[in-house]
Amino acid sequence: MSGRAFVFGDNIDTDVLAPGRYMKGPVEELARHCMEGIAPDFARTVRAGDIVVAGRNFGMGSSREQAAQALKILGVSAVIAKSFGGIFLRNALNLGLPVMVCAATDDIRQDDLISVDLINGCVSNETRGVTLPAEPLPAFLLDMLADGGLVPHLEKMLASRRATPS
Amino acid sequence: MAMTLAEKIIARAAGRAKVSPGEIVTCAVDLAMIHDSGGPRRVKPILDRLGVGVWDPDKVVLISDHYLPATDEESRNIQRVTRTFAAAQGISNFYDAQGICHVVLPERGHLKPGMFVVGGDSHSPTGGAFGAYMFGVGATEMAGVLATGEIWLRVPDTILIEWTGSLGAGVSSKDIMLFLCAKLGMDGGRYQAVQYAGEAIHALPMQERMTLSNMAAELGAQAGLIEADAITADFLRATGARIDDAMIWRGDANATASEHHVFDATTLDPQVAAPHSPANAAPVSSHAGTKVDVAYIGACTGAKLEDLRMAAAILRGRKAARTIELLVAPASLRDQEIAQREGTLDAILDAGGRLLPNACGICAGYGDTRFGENVTAISSTARNFKGRMGAASSQVYLGSPYTVAASAIEGRIADPREHLPEAPV
Repeated sequence: MSGRAFVFGDNIDTDVLAPGRYMKGPVEELARHCMEGIAPDFARTVRAGDIVVAGRNFGMGSSREQAAQALKILGVSAVIAKSFGGIFLRNALNLGLPVMVCAATDDIRQDDLISVDLINGCVSNETRGVTLPAEPLPAFLLDMLADGGLVPHLEKMLASRRATPS
Repeated sequence: MAMTLAEKIIARAAGRAKVSPGEIVTCAVDLAMIHDSGGPRRVKPILDRLGVGVWDPDKVVLISDHYLPATDEESRNIQRVTRTFAAAQGISNFYDAQGICHVVLPERGHLKPGMFVVGGDSHSPTGGAFGAYMFGVGATEMAGVLATGEIWLRVPDTILIEWTGSLGAGVSSKDIMLFLCAKLGMDGGRYQAVQYAGEAIHALPMQERMTLSNMAAELGAQAGLIEADAITADFLRATGARIDDAMIWRGDANATASEHHVFDATTLDPQVAAPHSPANAAPVSSHAGTKVDVAYIGACTGAKLEDLRMAAAILRGRKAARTIELLVAPASLRDQEIAQREGTLDAILDAGGRLLPNACGICAGYGDTRFGENVTAISSTARNFKGRMGAASSQVYLGSPYTVAASAIEGRIADPREHLPEAPV
């Protein structure tokens, strides 16, 4: 996928991504407040296909998967960061939001046009004409992403188990 | 081949003779803990879509703690969904408004060494204090666990954190964790398994160890393990848990840690973390004198019985400053009842403390009670991220229950060692 870069720093936490005061309501409403504590215009200006680019430990903190779900609802097509909070990374993949570790995110500026190759593990900065190495996901997670996340993946798995009784 | 405690538990859960760091394995889950936020309201629609129920209701513990007290229709609806799910799925281990999941789970005897446990909350590493491999996941992942009884895992390497010596008077495990957050960073745990060791650790009572494991989350670790010992066994025996094989769950002496850090507990000062990160921790002297409006003793990290006892040791016979709002939300109903019986709770309330419900409360930031604009607070909780516990303009400092209590007396951040009662002669 390719899109416009939205650049953030280190240690973006889940309270910023999914503010607690909106947690009991519908997630579509919560998504409108995603990042508002540090980037009040983000939810309004992010467009379908945009790619979130961050530093270290993106999504640290809570296990609330609304942090990843909010980005997906806003149309974010992928998140690349130097590292991720472990639970956030799993949540994102489970919800079908592609994420990839890339050590060189400092070479991406706000609004650069970038494309992400999950299979080969690289990020192309088309605005600057450079290709940045990244860490490809294991094959079984790529399969899950291709299915659209954990739930459709499990649907497929359970259906095939039912089709072939042991 | 020698294995660490984490590797041994994961190997057993994966049905393998051995595992090595970096391998991806599928593990059978011994126990799944869910709460009212990431639990039924989020997992039920997924289970319905998959057309399955909970794989083994006896291996599920459901605890309501986030949207309590249910003061609005949305929260009341979440509680209704939670209760209905427990009944429909035949989950008998359902604790409704009994306290915070990480504290209720072990106090009701659900944890023991060697277990492989998944929790639907980021502070699930708390269970590692009992020598269990316990970690947090989000709701969709939990729905997968509830449907299949299984979860994948990348076998972590083990980061050994050893504390020698012994903590001084007025210094606690919370100070250890704030120190480690500053020293190693919020991602120092690299989503691997932290293991705490050393004489200072094994001298601690169970609930103090739980604070260490709990805040492994703030180090970015997947789990925070402590090998069981006689103190673990005594705690488990009192809960009625079966402990026949508890003590076999130890790492091999020659197992390899990827990192080995050694610190001296004897020289550790009380720590205070400035807004807006636990990693902004420094000795209390760096912040002493900062005026605060609210002193909050709450959450799974900071309001267990042992935490209440620390606060009471400082507050007994004293009064909070008139400018201070002192709030206490005991982490479980059972801990509150014991604190009530032994006089611990009265010591805090007589000092001017206001009692709040046994729930996640201000720490989760989900309810009505939140810090207002420009409020400065000192809190015994785990996270002071911007806007988490209240308005984005509120300033939250983190400290131990001792430090929060001493600060309540002075109305400004204070060194608890100056407020300890005279030692008995």
